[in-house]
Amino acid sequence: MMKEKKSLMKNPSFQSILTSLICIVLGLLIGYIVLLLINPAGAGEAIKTILINFLSRTSGAAKMKALGNTLAKTAPLLMCALSICFCYKVGLFNIGAPGQYEAGACIGLYAALAWNLNWCLCLILAAVAGGIIGAISGVLKAYRNVNEVISGIMLNWIMLYLTNMVLSTKAVKDPASPYTIKLASGNPNAVIPSAGLNKLFANNTTVTIAIPLAILFAILIWVILSKTKFGYELRATGFNKEAAKYAGMKEKQNIIVTLAIGGALAGIGAAFLFLTGYQEWSTTQTSVPGMGFNGIAATFLGGLHPIGTIFASFFIQSITDGGALINKSVYPSQISDLISSLIIYLCGFVLFFKFAINNWIGRKDKGGPNVNAEPVKDGAAKSEGGEK
Amino acid sequence: MILLLQYTIIFASVLCLVALGGCFSEHSGVINLGLEGIMVMGALGGAVTMFLLPAGTSKIVIVLLTTLFAIIVGMIYSCLLGVACINFKADQTLIGTAMNLLATAAATVFVRAMNTSISPDNVSSSIQYIEPKKAFLKYIGSFEFNWFMVMAVILLIVAYVLLYKTKFGLRLMACGENPQAADSVGINVYKMRWAGVLISGFLGGLGGIVYITAGVSEWKFEMGVAGFGFLALAVMIFGQWKPTNIALAALLFGLFRALSNVYTGIPFLAAMNIPSTVYNMLPYIISLIVLAFTSKNSRAPKAEGIPYDKGMR
Repeated sequence: MMKEKKSLMKNPSFQSILTSLICIVLGLLIGYIVLLLINPAGAGEAIKTILINFLSRTSGAAKMKALGNTLAKTAPLLMCALSICFCYKVGLFNIGAPGQYEAGACIGLYAALAWNLNWCLCLILAAVAGGIIGAISGVLKAYRNVNEVISGIMLNWIMLYLTNMVLSTKAVKDPASPYTIKLASGNPNAVIPSAGLNKLFANNTTVTIAIPLAILFAILIWVILSKTKFGYELRATGFNKEAAKYAGMKEKQNIIVTLAIGGALAGIGAAFLFLTGYQEWSTTQTSVPGMGFNGIAATFLGGLHPIGTIFASFFIQSITDGGALINKSVYPSQISDLISSLIIYLCGFVLFFKFAINNWIGRKDKGGPNVNAEPVKDGAAKSEGGEK
Repeated sequence: MILLLQYTIIFASVLCLVALGGCFSEHSGVINLGLEGIMVMGALGGAVTMFLLPAGTSKIVIVLLTTLFAIIVGMIYSCLLGVACINFKADQTLIGTAMNLLATAAATVFVRAMNTSISPDNVSSSIQYIEPKKAFLKYIGSFEFNWFMVMAVILLIVAYVLLYKTKFGLRLMACGENPQAADSVGINVYKMRWAGVLISGFLGGLGGIVYITAGVSEWKFEMGVAGFGFLALAVMIFGQWKPTNIALAALLFGLFRALSNVYTGIPFLAAMNIPSTVYNMLPYIISLIVLAFTSKNSRAPKAEGIPYDKGMR
């Protein structure tokens, strides 16, 4: 029995899950303390609401509808997280994901409303737009030695203002509000089809095939990274640029391709939000949308694994939506941003946590001399129980 | 034109202070991408101080206390970077990014909680400081002189002397170039890196309060500091990690940032009828172009970004 437990603890993917859980628990704990400091009376209730999100609704149908909303926003978040995850595996920190996301929203919505294209073409154009922005960072990195983090941040702001400018034009902006025209009235063909999925979520029309598509993308990214020669080359470039070059790989081209793919994923993410009609682009916004930044949290919480990212994205989106449900006259809804940024910070300590776990296992393995001498299973199990 | 000059100098002061902060941190071997977050925290510390000081406080006390608290909060916040990246050898890019997100979220939560506790109906995330801000200003004709401009010049000189003319500065730079060699001659690399990070907290926090008092009398903390921390990093790279060059680079970037505030008052720019968003984009576009042409031969400290491990050779 103990042997099983030990081998489970040694399993790298189990360790990743465990460390992610440690980050979540610590993040929630600090968030809870902050809530307690603001107002101790409702803190327990508030943290519970953040955690269970849609389950806090009263009726079954309302629960399903709220779950549908969370899922509808998980799909774009997952795409942004995949974008960051993919690039990180190649040794690039794609903090430009929000900018690529903005580019996707800009072209996707413009194509839908000004050119009246159908959703499929809009989606492709959004991917291309995001890819181009990613490739700009890539070219600057590969040929001009510009750190991708700094160029990414600059492009985030440039694209924010550019998108506001493009989407303020007459063809796409609702004249009565700062938002773009609703897709349902502007061009229903550009809305991503639901294929009956909305029936499962109490006729929530924002639930579309974007959700299964995003999961498919996650699996695709996992296959590309770990099962193909292309993915192997990209990862080799990430491990050691010089060694990859020496082995005959085109390291400069790999950097550009990686960021272009990352950009395309983030661009699709934007299409998955704005082409479902979930919300419209506000042309007066003055801050970079949080979707790309939350993607960083989801990536690292998912243990930098595309499949883990699926669950992590859902969790991050769920606490974000849960944060919107708490009593806003007492607690600020940004408390969930606080928790997710704390989780990112704690993810920096993942290596240390793993080191500590392995250290602990190592000490267990050596153990005291009498533990080794005892061949009996339950004796060993007892000694472990005693340690706890 | 005087307005343009005034805004250029004040924005250049911000960029110069924050870039010098980044400069100290990077010379010690730690990449500080969290400068943006440190600025937000410094701004919060200063703004809350101005907000809470009673109405009749003398000007000099307002100036000193506001500056002091901005610096203290900035330094405390920079400890998050120090603990994670120096003691726990965490990824510096990840921690810096987390600090930026955390600062905006934490500052928003704090300000909203403070506003709500003062009056239950107030759920805004802004702080007003119209009256206390006047303590920093002095009018010379129509030029709005700000005491922060003097502070920036003094700190620039101090930074230059500290970095190049003292034992401490030379040791600090040694830790960013070759920490193993520095350690072998008895320099405590961890201590030096902590010093670099704390100095960047000092200057970043001060830069934050200068930035939010530069043009406006109210700050909405949801906005963070609009990428200014990263512009400062671009200034630092353009300035090749040298205080004097950083000051010149800051003036150039400050000018482009100032244009977006005052272009309507300059006849030939207003006549060109360029949309305001173009001016908003300008500093970021310029910094990308500048970086593209200067990063190729950059003289970054050699060991920056690599956690120091005593056992590694």
